[in-house]
Amino acid sequence: MGFKEYCFKKSLWIFHFGGASCNNCDIEILDCLTPRYDIERFGMLLVGSIRHADVLLVNGSINKKDKSRLLEIYKQAPKPIIVVAIGACGCTGGIFAEGNTFAGPVDKIIPVDAYIPGCPPKPEAIIAGIVKILNK
Amino acid sequence: MVTDLLYYLVFPGFLFITIAGGLFSWADRKITAMLQFRKGPPLLQPFYDFFKLLLVKETILPARGSRLIFLFAPVLGLIGAALSGVLILLPAFGLKSGFSGDIIVIFYMLTIPSLTYIIGALASGNPLASVGASREMKLIISYELTFLLVIAAIILKAHMSIRLGDIIADQQDQGAFAGSISGVLLFVVFLFCIQAKLGFVPFDMPEAETEITHGCFIEYSGSAYSLVKLTKYMMLFVLPAFICTVLLGGFRSDGIHLLWTILKLVGVLLLITLIRNTNPRLRIDQAMRFFLIWMNLLVIVSIILVYFDL
Repeated sequence: MGFKEYCFKKSLWIFHFGGASCNNCDIEILDCLTPRYDIERFGMLLVGSIRHADVLLVNGSINKKDKSRLLEIYKQAPKPIIVVAIGACGCTGGIFAEGNTFAGPVDKIIPVDAYIPGCPPKPEAIIAGIVKILNK
Repeated sequence: MVTDLLYYLVFPGFLFITIAGGLFSWADRKITAMLQFRKGPPLLQPFYDFFKLLLVKETILPARGSRLIFLFAPVLGLIGAALSGVLILLPAFGLKSGFSGDIIVIFYMLTIPSLTYIIGALASGNPLASVGASREMKLIISYELTFLLVIAAIILKAHMSIRLGDIIADQQDQGAFAGSISGVLLFVVFLFCIQAKLGFVPFDMPEAETEITHGCFIEYSGSAYSLVKLTKYMMLFVLPAFICTVLLGGFRSDGIHLLWTILKLVGVLLLITLIRNTNPRLRIDQAMRFFLIWMNLLVIVSIILVYFDL
């Protein structure tokens, strides 16, 4: 593993995109930052601007209005960027998959590197997913 | 000539300030984590962040906005931070005694990073960045007068000498300035000025993450942002070094005094981090009132006390 890759893996900054979410996944993502799970141990930070991000967390079902925004966010992100779909809605569409405003799961819109299923996934599952993509 | 170059680039200069600033930034994050009962990042985290931004990430230029100024502003800020650091640390370590009036030069050099944040933010053409820039501008207007008055009081305390070397020598003769009543007042005011200069929490409205998403730096990415980060690390070391030099009696690097030097620096950092972690963000008008009325009043009281040799 080269120096560049090592630095990248040691300092992942996370940007959080919530689609039409029920907020359960959002709360579980925020749980990762609490003292109990503390992802800053691994150098991960939650950043407010997509320009600083290395990981794009997408959760919630993506409906027609969210689709263009998600594309815009993805185009604005500096590459390389890792996209992670979180929760049943992000991975497959979940219970919204047949709704008439639904615009496809995340991987139909932008390339996805990792899927973390669950409704909502536990914080342990989110951390395990990120670790798996780091060891790929 | 060669030793001068080494001074500016290696020992108290660029390289040393960068490494020390990175370690200070780690200490700041670690103390924050410990206060929140978390574990905190590993020791080399600031360096991982810097090299990731510099080497791996793509730099995106704004479509609307001045690209040249956008890229040039962080470089200028870095130069300002590094030069002020060298001018402070050369007399502080006793390598050179400085030149007459260097404390005034340092005062202006310390303003350059904040100015370049404003220039870079306005060149990016982002509305949130311009909100951040306007707040940074108002913040500079409010704290700069206070900071200048503090330096005036220090000059008065050092019997009208405007040379950093003489100010340090004066303190080593008759004890640190912070040992008197006026010195304590000046220390408190100086600490709040540092807080505002670094953009730490009571005064972090120019780059409020949750409100205007990093404000001034919203459009920076990749290597340009890595230079901004580096400037921030440097300022985190340079400003505590400055307060130690002018109020706490300077540095000495022989024997046991080296330990005292490090303790002074870490103590100031601890105070800054504690203030940062136990306060909410002020609105910009509250910050202006805080500096223009209360802090200025405190400095004027301490200047009067200096006249009576207290």
